[in-house]
Amino acid sequence: MYFDSFSEFLNMGGHGLYVWMAYGLSAVLLIINVVQPVMHKRQLIKEQMRKLRREQKTS
Amino acid sequence: MWKTFVAWFHRMGSPKWFYEISGRWIPWFAAAAVLLIAVGTVWGLAFAPADYQQGNSFRIIYIHVPAAILAQSIFFLMAIAGGIGLIWKMKVADMVAKSCAPFGATMTFIALFTGAIWGKPTWGAWWVWDARLTSMLILLFLYFGVIALQSAFDSKQSAARASAILSLVGIVNIPIIKYSVEWWNTLHQPATFKLTEKPAMPAEMWMPLLVMVVGFYCLFAVILMLRTRNEILEREKRTHWVQGLLSKES
Repeated sequence: MYFDSFSEFLNMGGHGLYVWMAYGLSAVLLIINVVQPVMHKRQLIKEQMRKLRREQKTS
Repeated sequence: MWKTFVAWFHRMGSPKWFYEISGRWIPWFAAAAVLLIAVGTVWGLAFAPADYQQGNSFRIIYIHVPAAILAQSIFFLMAIAGGIGLIWKMKVADMVAKSCAPFGATMTFIALFTGAIWGKPTWGAWWVWDARLTSMLILLFLYFGVIALQSAFDSKQSAARASAILSLVGIVNIPIIKYSVEWWNTLHQPATFKLTEKPAMPAEMWMPLLVMVVGFYCLFAVILMLRTRNEILEREKRTHWVQGLLSKES
């Protein structure tokens, strides 16, 4: 561990705000990029299932 | 050798095959991405030594550099895939090209944003109209252009063709980004990793960076496969195999 204490780690030698802002925003954007296609797949399957069921009823 | 390559190329062109093989690969790449990014982040934030000039603000490098490398590699891949789609009319290539754009734009944005945050304590300015920064901003606009073109056409084929042409033209920007720090006088520091030389920083500093770069590549692979699979599901929904797949899911 490079830092002596946890508060020093958070403070980052006075640059804490910059470092944590950069990491925080990047983490949020990465998570959005993973969640989005997963949700999209669920929605695609749901839509397609509904369509299939409707077709089965009419035929 | 050539024959196996051609066979592989043809199989890659089959959406069904791509769907199946990527389904098997995703868990491995996802596990590698989570592990590498977690290790790289903790290592870079808590264990790497501070820079003697920049102090701890230098730790931003562990996302800034991977994001910038990915932003350019993804654009390159997008243009290549788009070109393959143009020439050989390969549907999977078009879908891969389309699936590259959102994550590529995110990576470019992260590189620019973390660069701005890093610039404030280091250069005293959030933004300067420097060659490296400006060419990265152009890259972001190229990504936006590709995303816009992808949704601007009713026909998937026209959308793929238009965005492939834009990405192939936009590829001239990639060497400009790369050499911008050498061709022009710039505030931006030169590349951390070079193929021909050892990194200028000590190993305790660049090793976590290398871990992060590989982790980001794995994450990109996961997102690219997830998005391409969605494209396949959507475009092939009338086919027998997708309908069979769906009946298994329910």
